[in-house]
Amino acid sequence: MVKTLRIDDQDVSAGTDDTILQVAQDNAIFIPTLCNLEGLKPVGACRLCLVEVEGYRGLAPACVTRVEEGMQIYTQSERLQTYRRMILEMLFVEGNHVCAVCVSNGTCELQALAQRLGMDHSHLEYRNPAKSVDVSHYRFGVDHNRCILCARCVRVCDEIEGAHTWDLLGRGIQSQVITDLNRPWGESKTCTSCGKCVQVCPTGALFKKSKAVAEMEKEHEFLPYLNTIREVRSNG
Amino acid sequence: MYRHFTEIEPPSDDKRWRIVNATMRRHGYHPHALIETLHAVQQSFGYLDDEALHYVSNSLRVPLSQTYGVATFYHFFQLKPGGRHSCVVCLGTACYIKGSDQVLERVAEAYDVQPGQTTSDGEFSLLTARCIGSCGLAPAVVVDGDVIPKMTPENVIEQIRRITGNGS
Amino acid sequence: MDHEEFLQIGEQERRRQAEYRHHIHVCMAAGCLSSQSDKIKTALETEVEAHGESGHCLVKGVGCMGLCGNGPLVAVPSEDVLYQGVTTEDAPDIVKNLGKGPIRHKHCPTDIPFFKSQHKIVLENCGRIDPERIEDYMAVGGYQAFMRVLTELMPIGVINEVTRSGLRGRGGAGYPTGLKLSTVARSEGTTKYVVCNGDEGDPGAFMDRSVMEGDPHRVIEGMAIAAYAVGAHHGYIYVRAEYPLAIERLNKAIRQAQKAGILGQNIFGTNFDFSLEIRLGAGAFVCGEETALLASIEGRRGSPRPRPPYPAAKGLWGCPTLINNVETFANVPAILRNGGDWFAKIGTKKSKGTKVFALSGKVKNIGLIEVPMGITLEEIIYDMGGGIPDGRRFKAVQTGGPSGGCIPADHLGTSVDYESLSELGSIMGSGGMIVMDDGSSMVEVARYFMEFCMSESCGKCVPCRVGTALMYDLLTKIAQGHANQSDLQQLETLCDMVRSTSLCGLGQSAPNPVMSTLRFFREEYLEKLADTELVKE
Ligand SMILES: Cc1cc2nc3c(=O)[nH]c(=O)nc-3n(C[C@H](O)[C@H](O)[C@H](O)COP(=O)(O)O)c2cc1C
Ligand code: SF4
Ligand code: FES
Ligand code: FES
Repeated sequence: MVKTLRIDDQDVSAGTDDTILQVAQDNAIFIPTLCNLEGLKPVGACRLCLVEVEGYRGLAPACVTRVEEGMQIYTQSERLQTYRRMILEMLFVEGNHVCAVCVSNGTCELQALAQRLGMDHSHLEYRNPAKSVDVSHYRFGVDHNRCILCARCVRVCDEIEGAHTWDLLGRGIQSQVITDLNRPWGESKTCTSCGKCVQVCPTGALFKKSKAVAEMEKEHEFLPYLNTIREVRSNG
Repeated sequence: MYRHFTEIEPPSDDKRWRIVNATMRRHGYHPHALIETLHAVQQSFGYLDDEALHYVSNSLRVPLSQTYGVATFYHFFQLKPGGRHSCVVCLGTACYIKGSDQVLERVAEAYDVQPGQTTSDGEFSLLTARCIGSCGLAPAVVVDGDVIPKMTPENVIEQIRRITGNGS
Repeated sequence: MDHEEFLQIGEQERRRQAEYRHHIHVCMAAGCLSSQSDKIKTALETEVEAHGESGHCLVKGVGCMGLCGNGPLVAVPSEDVLYQGVTTEDAPDIVKNLGKGPIRHKHCPTDIPFFKSQHKIVLENCGRIDPERIEDYMAVGGYQAFMRVLTELMPIGVINEVTRSGLRGRGGAGYPTGLKLSTVARSEGTTKYVVCNGDEGDPGAFMDRSVMEGDPHRVIEGMAIAAYAVGAHHGYIYVRAEYPLAIERLNKAIRQAQKAGILGQNIFGTNFDFSLEIRLGAGAFVCGEETALLASIEGRRGSPRPRPPYPAAKGLWGCPTLINNVETFANVPAILRNGGDWFAKIGTKKSKGTKVFALSGKVKNIGLIEVPMGITLEEIIYDMGGGIPDGRRFKAVQTGGPSGGCIPADHLGTSVDYESLSELGSIMGSGGMIVMDDGSSMVEVARYFMEFCMSESCGKCVPCRVGTALMYDLLTKIAQGHANQSDLQQLETLCDMVRSTSLCGLGQSAPNPVMSTLRFFREEYLEKLADTELVKE
């Protein structure tokens, strides 16, 4: 039950149920990802992992596309690079990301990807939305300015912790992560204060209180599936 | 699939909860019935307040945040009570092409209220819709449930007052 | 109910109606109802009563008669007379003049192209039967196709017939319906579902609404036949909550069909079971997208998910699900009654049958039309629509709503079919057709649709969530005259990027209105640029 295919002119073999992303990772081929996190249900939302597949009408998200025998996949075309940089730019202009004063400066996946993909400044206009910060929880805080709506927190809280304290409010550009009936986090009766959401957050949107700028290190042993950051760096 | 049959006490003995309960019962208190139930609440009470959202969440065993997420995703649901009178201006394509944006502007200005909002005295809500299916009568507005056809910025206020009977 | 009993009901109803010397039809569809056609009906009934004609004159509420812009409409079909702009005061005259020729000042000629050029399949009963009575539907042959299918055909026979007809989805994308049926039929699973997409999100379209309001049993029959073909025993009709009348009539129709044994268990004495429920939308355009619609039926936020797996393999609650548009299902009974070959003779080589359009905007005759595929835009707008009113000039026609585009005058000769329209950067869409005159600014139109897409974006994927907002900002900047060359360039870059990278059809097609207006009306954008002088040199 093995399939053979080609990624960027490299012959690779894969298990029947593997996604393109898994096969690429097994073969040390770098495909950027943000919303995806091993152990959580993939949603295909950030679109960073889009790749070209010969014979396909559109681009395919590597995180949710299963491999097929004889597939010919391209992950590094000029066009994909441009799109990926634009997606990152979009995330930067959508919120208010000021790395210099962020707890996650240096450990942020968004920042790491921007560096790696060569996105040094944004061509798009900053939208400067008015977003809030909630520090009502005794241990954690949420800064909506830095949230990229990847919904990892929502998924980990529902799928792993089983609390489903988090969800999304509204829709479109107005969306926001919320706890319970959009009440302050500290008032939540469903939150178990397990901290999983803080650990999976790719940016500094969810943070541990009492951490100063650039102090927020993720505890990688804390969650076995939290390997994205390491990957971005080690593949570098 | 998971079902539970113990009914939770409604927040008050308001008779309208019976309609809500009947909807949930018809769906076996299944979480899938969330949207149907929110429709029932809105139809009975006019809007969804925190108390209602709590009750529906607990009855259907849907997480609070999920209920809130659903209630705010769908624009048909109102989380605040509407005014005593309402005016819905259609901003569908046919009405837009015939100038409904100016009609909207005129109403907003005359009642000093933003689209989607209610005047501070709770008298008048100004709302917008995306095609109410009366494109033949464009631009159309709906005042207290009645469609009035072929509006212009000049006659819209008069037409609204005719129905709301409000001299203000 | 057996064969005989069933045919009896229709026969009896036909005889009952034939006993009336005069028939008066009052349009009770949403458009005319909003100008008080229900009061007109009551007035007519009172008048008939007063003349002691109750036994001779039947006043019937019917579905949309088409010319909505001239409503309220009243017809006297026994004399081929149509009245427009009727008020309650006209009731005495209408009744008095029965059998004596039409009253002049309200008479609407019916030999005009608006009516003559139509080819009615989906709308054949709309405006003719009382949508609230199943007997009336049976009197015109309703449910006979379903009955014949159940008693004479194997599921594969149904699929073959639909495949032969060449019917393609009327919800926008034009996917071959026969192929979808056979995929769902072959998908593994004991539980399967049939879902009817009645979300009709295009803000300027009311075709599906008219069908659901004017001939609800037809939709039910189409779904039941499809359910038999794919092996489903339960179905949902997803209707937007903004259509209360359609919901009411569909509910009534479902109850009537249950009572008549047409829905339920052992239908027509066979071992086929099928039941049907309505689910309400709640004001989200994206829920017209099939995976979002299914999430919504499951009570969740209407966010689309990546496909594959397609609903045909994994749909509602993970089960194989057939999902089709209202108009698609409404074609099915006619195809089974008259045969796939009959249907395939209508239309063009690749687009078979007819299409219902909601014609509106700056055109004289506004309303609902059903035309054979392959008719030209010019015929629709000038012959049927009567051209542009107020002495103004035609500028563009918009098809496909927020996912479509604007087609300019030099392309009015284009044939209306899936391929020709998409070659022009527009789409067939679900059937909204909005005519614009020289008073409309194309930049404003593009901005209008982008605002729509921005506020209807579900927000799940980045390119659509942020991209629509950025494109809207840029269009606003252009409209206000603050933009320059580089902004326009960036707009075009964003169009390409959002189209190529968005998760679902909403984002993928959101740039269409911008791209098509840029293609045909680029000078309007350039005129608005602050550094436009540079360009002209
Ligand atoms: C954003 C979006 C909105 C849609 N809205 C509708 C709609 O209102 N009605 C509809 O029938 N199909 C709509 N569709 C198309 C459906 O996803 C689906 O293709 C269709 O219901 C399939 O039925 P058909 O094959 O009969 O056309 C929409 C698609 C997208 C991407
Ligand atoms: S394209 Fe738009 S509507 Fe579709 S999934 Fe992405 S954000 Fe949602
Ligand atoms: S990682 Fe695949 S879409 Fe985000
Ligand atoms: S666009 Fe206003 S009613 Fe359709």
